[in-house]
Amino acid sequence: MRRSPASSNAPARSRTEMRQKVRTALGSLLQVVLAAGVGLAIGAIMMNATGYDWKEALQALWLGSFGDLWGFADTLAEATPLILTGLTFALSFRAGYFNIGAQGQMIIGALVAVAIGSSLAAPKPIGMIVVILAAAAAGALWAMPASLLRVTRGVHEVITTIMFNWIATYLARYLVFNVLNDPRSAERTVRVLPEVRMGTIIAGADATWALFVSVFIALFFYWLLWHSPWGFEMRIAGLNREALRYAGGSPTWGVHMTFLLAGVAAGVAGATQIIGRPPTFALYGDLSNLGQLGFDGIAVALVGRNHPIGIIFAAIFFGALSTGARTMQIMAGVPLDLIRVVHGVVIMAMAAPETWSILRRYIASRVPARASAAAASRAER
Amino acid sequence: MIFSSLLINALHAMVPITVTATGEILSERAGLVNIGMEGILLISAFAAVVGAEAGGPLLGMLVGMLAGALIGLIHGIITIYFRGDQTISGVGINVLGAGLVAFGLVWQWGQAGFHQVPRAVRFPHIATPFGSLSPMVFVAIALALLTYYLINYTNLGLKLKAVGENPAAADAAGVSVERVRLFGAIYAGALAGLAGAYLSIDWLATVTRSLPAGRGFIALATVVFSGLNPLLAIVGGMIFGFFDGLALVVSTSREVTRVIPYQFIQMLPYVVTLLVVAGVIGRARFPRASGQPYRRE
Repeated sequence: MRRSPASSNAPARSRTEMRQKVRTALGSLLQVVLAAGVGLAIGAIMMNATGYDWKEALQALWLGSFGDLWGFADTLAEATPLILTGLTFALSFRAGYFNIGAQGQMIIGALVAVAIGSSLAAPKPIGMIVVILAAAAAGALWAMPASLLRVTRGVHEVITTIMFNWIATYLARYLVFNVLNDPRSAERTVRVLPEVRMGTIIAGADATWALFVSVFIALFFYWLLWHSPWGFEMRIAGLNREALRYAGGSPTWGVHMTFLLAGVAAGVAGATQIIGRPPTFALYGDLSNLGQLGFDGIAVALVGRNHPIGIIFAAIFFGALSTGARTMQIMAGVPLDLIRVVHGVVIMAMAAPETWSILRRYIASRVPARASAAAASRAER
Repeated sequence: MIFSSLLINALHAMVPITVTATGEILSERAGLVNIGMEGILLISAFAAVVGAEAGGPLLGMLVGMLAGALIGLIHGIITIYFRGDQTISGVGINVLGAGLVAFGLVWQWGQAGFHQVPRAVRFPHIATPFGSLSPMVFVAIALALLTYYLINYTNLGLKLKAVGENPAAADAAGVSVERVRLFGAIYAGALAGLAGAYLSIDWLATVTRSLPAGRGFIALATVVFSGLNPLLAIVGGMIFGFFDGLALVVSTSREVTRVIPYQFIQMLPYVVTLLVVAGVIGRARFPRASGQPYRRE
């Protein structure tokens, strides 16, 4: 934790704190921009090495995602589930855990959305709300065993959440083809009823009102984490479990709560892909309309600095990448999957924030000793 | 008939899990965790096919191993020298692997998602009374034995353990913490690379976008199961390999799939992994400095 400088003068202290805060925020923004830049640069180098026109590709990437209103709407549509799966990773990370089970929790949410959305003929907003709540509950339920096993048996959540992802995938394949299948179309499940489908924001584009559901949940989680006593306990559980125990809190309770809420976000992400994503309003047999959204959430969370507001902007960035990638494939012939390479590089670049303090220390070592000592104490945090 | 094919399949399914787990065990002994095993398996499986199609199966194995070692090196540099978060870097490797291979499949063979490895460049098998067996089964067991010897009976092993338990003391004794850990990172990467090559040019004879199908993570579960003992990685590989092989054999048997849908049979290895890690092991003891970057005072 950052120690605030000891001072008897309160206003001066808050001013220093403020300056410190701004500096930290600018530092992390710079780091995020650099990581994104490194990712795109390596993508461009790969395109060049494999014989594609990288300039044309990057241009297509930009035009497809931000070039016009419809492109931007598609970017927002892609961002909608990413905000939620990003929150899944970020919430658990705040509590000190690596929940990489968003993929499975999202699949379960989508399955429940299909099952209920295709059979519940309720008037307009009620059906939607029921579907979203049920998907949220299902996602939360699917996330619970991981935190239970971690707390009671000490089993690492990376292993358990991945196993649950695979179990969810096979369960979905079974249900899609054998239980929820559409007799008229072998490739997908039954479609959800028109009453539970969410309307588009702009006619002809993919973005629906589901975007506001995502943003609302992000804002709610922000409030919960930073402005409610439960959130405080959750964050302390991540920072220092012993301190929480001494303060009379229960570290395990915070862990279960974060996994539960993380599952809620992922479950709703699954629902938004079913009731809030035209034109199919169903789940494909190869689960292609869920793709890798659960894993993409990890990159979104890291770039968003595991902060709900940061995640909204990071999701728009990654949403733009996937929308632009489609245009890139059409215009420059570059395979869509190249964008996943960019994702991977961005994550790895985000892994090492110390690179910056090492760089700073290196620079400081070339100027007088006082500055170097200050840099070292800052780097020590 | 069913029995011998089950035996052969179980032995074959053991290889990637035991080999990957063995490398990771050595790395974790030195305090360096790499959860990017799934990504390394995938990338090296792809690289091995490219190598094998250029110069035969042996070159393929070598290229796969080198690809794995290279990624291990990158992970090592990020986490040891830049003091990056080991788990985040590992996650990055997994995502990177998915992208590289999906892109590479299209770029190399013009096919999205699937490439069959030609028979001519597959790793040769030995004929046994039970069916054709890959020599990699013996290599896997030999590697686990070698790694056990390396950790417990050599000077290097002593340094590895010291670096994992108490890097500051090891540093004071003149051991280069960074270099020993980097060796662990490369060793784990190279072994996972060999396992990935085995998946594509030997056992499964294909490259797909999700070829390892979670085996990298099952190997990580085996690391936990083994309590960082390479000999137990053989046992772990046998257990998980049996269910992996069973799923492969049984899901093609019509008598069984009529009763149990094959998707549920394919779930088996993952369910068993969950049950084993949840029930059998409990809390394993890991080196004190595991997962911690080392900072010289």
